[in-house]
Amino acid sequence: MRRPLLALVLPAAAALAVLLSVRLGSVSLTTSEAVSALLGGGDAVHRVILLDLRLPRAILGLLVGGGLALAGAVFQALLRNPLAEPFILGISGGSAAGAVLVLALGLAAAGSALLPLAAFAGALVAILLVFRVAAATDRSLDVRVLLLAGVVVGSFFTAIIALILSLSEARAVRSAVLWMMGSLAGATWVSVGVVAIYTIPAALVLMGLARALNLMAVGEETASYLGTDVERVKRVAYGVASLVTAAGVAFAGIIGFVGLIVPHGIRLLAGPDLRFLLPLSFLAGAAFLTLADLAARLLLAPTEIPIGVITAFVGVPLFLVLLRRSMTG
Amino acid sequence: MILEAVDLVVRYARAKSRALDGVNMRVSDGTLYAVIGPNGSGKSTLMRALLGVIRPESGVARVGGVEISSWTRRALAKAVGAVPQAEPLAFPITVRDFVGMGRYPYLGPLRPEREEDRAAVNEAMDRCDIADLARRDVTTLSGGELQRVRIARALAQEPSALVLDEPTASLDLRHEMTIFRLLRSSADRGMTVLLITHHINLAARFCDRLLLLSAGQVAAEGSAREVFQEDTLADVYRWPVAVREDPVSGAPQVTPRQGPPASSTSSR
Repeated sequence: MRRPLLALVLPAAAALAVLLSVRLGSVSLTTSEAVSALLGGGDAVHRVILLDLRLPRAILGLLVGGGLALAGAVFQALLRNPLAEPFILGISGGSAAGAVLVLALGLAAAGSALLPLAAFAGALVAILLVFRVAAATDRSLDVRVLLLAGVVVGSFFTAIIALILSLSEARAVRSAVLWMMGSLAGATWVSVGVVAIYTIPAALVLMGLARALNLMAVGEETASYLGTDVERVKRVAYGVASLVTAAGVAFAGIIGFVGLIVPHGIRLLAGPDLRFLLPLSFLAGAAFLTLADLAARLLLAPTEIPIGVITAFVGVPLFLVLLRRSMTG
Repeated sequence: MILEAVDLVVRYARAKSRALDGVNMRVSDGTLYAVIGPNGSGKSTLMRALLGVIRPESGVARVGGVEISSWTRRALAKAVGAVPQAEPLAFPITVRDFVGMGRYPYLGPLRPEREEDRAAVNEAMDRCDIADLARRDVTTLSGGELQRVRIARALAQEPSALVLDEPTASLDLRHEMTIFRLLRSSADRGMTVLLITHHINLAARFCDRLLLLSAGQVAAEGSAREVFQEDTLADVYRWPVAVREDPVSGAPQVTPRQGPPASSTSSR
């Protein structure tokens, strides 16, 4: 059983990721310098770099990475589709449409506080729209209809984004494209606080649904006979996983691959039982995204690589190795 | 735990005709009760409406004298164990953990298994003769093993009633007999057992009462002798039959006759 090992290794990896993130950068610190700055001592400049820039960024990485991986695992279980990921139901399209709109109208520049608000509002519009479409066909929520509605609504928002961008000036287009590639660069304690308010309670709720979602993997009818309120579980899982995703997207843009690859990797290592898969995916996603952000900052410094590029470049080969190993047994 | 349907009418969304058209049924305690009838006659629909998975257009389903809409799913799962016809085979999980899913109504989302839960699971596995499969992966089981595992999961719910949809479909002779005997002994212990089946001869042999459904309506109800009338069966199944007494069990048994020429079987 690899589960106990993973339960030890993954939190350690997350802690290591945070330590490296606060130490390394254009000004590199030793571990003791970093620790004394964290405790309020040491050099004043170090304290500013650590407490105002690097630490919130590392913690935002933990929260967003964990939230995306957890939401991905929940969507894969809910939709019974291995290709499901947090953005499959149109949240990326909705939030991007919101962000691009305020950028194009010149209401916000990159880094403005209005940007996450607009992105979150766009995501909420997408979530409600998809839910209305999927729930309108019948009183019960058919996950196949949900999946189709999500994909179609997402495409619609993509068209809206294309329209807005085609009418925008070059500078706004560049800001929009960079936003859509995702970044943790705008991290502040405020953004950390907001994302934490969404992510931490939501993570507890979703992990509490693990047994019910396990039963639903045997079939919705069976799950009902075993004592699950199937419709309620579907609505809560969809709503809560969507909100986690929306909060992450609002402050970090659209970071791909984490929500797809991390749950699959953990499934290959620890099995498909959601009681273990959900918490382990959260931990792995947290560690993975924080390390990916560190690589994004350092590899081509002082230029920052979009974090989505790193998650794909590292995540895809890593996943292929795991897949290969699981097939050869 | 009495299972009851009163004038139950079910119509699926956008369907022209009614899947159930005024069905009345009463299954009393300690009874092994079979619902039989041709494909599409409404047998599975009756099970779903009776257990509140689909809502009837009119009429009432009652479990233990209480209307089905007044039960919470968890309370109902403690009272009635159910095995539906088809399940998309779950992820790889051990037989022990699969049967352990039957304890969900007692444990809910978070509580770990207690001694009484382990005892219920072991007892259910013993009764279904699958104790030696405990560590096997459910995705590797044969059809007969899987059916017994699914019944064990329902028994682990420690229910007062059991409802099963074609538990012996595509099983060999030995497994058919094992399952019918298991259900008979469960009923003899006081459990209410409702069984949907196409094995009408085994139903006649083992069950206390039978209900014959035809196009959503009750065509006959009663003991095997009362239900097995050649004319009624021939009319419902649209095939001529003979009813004879079985020399081994003494129960009435149905034998399909050679039938009409092939060309006249396609339409009524």
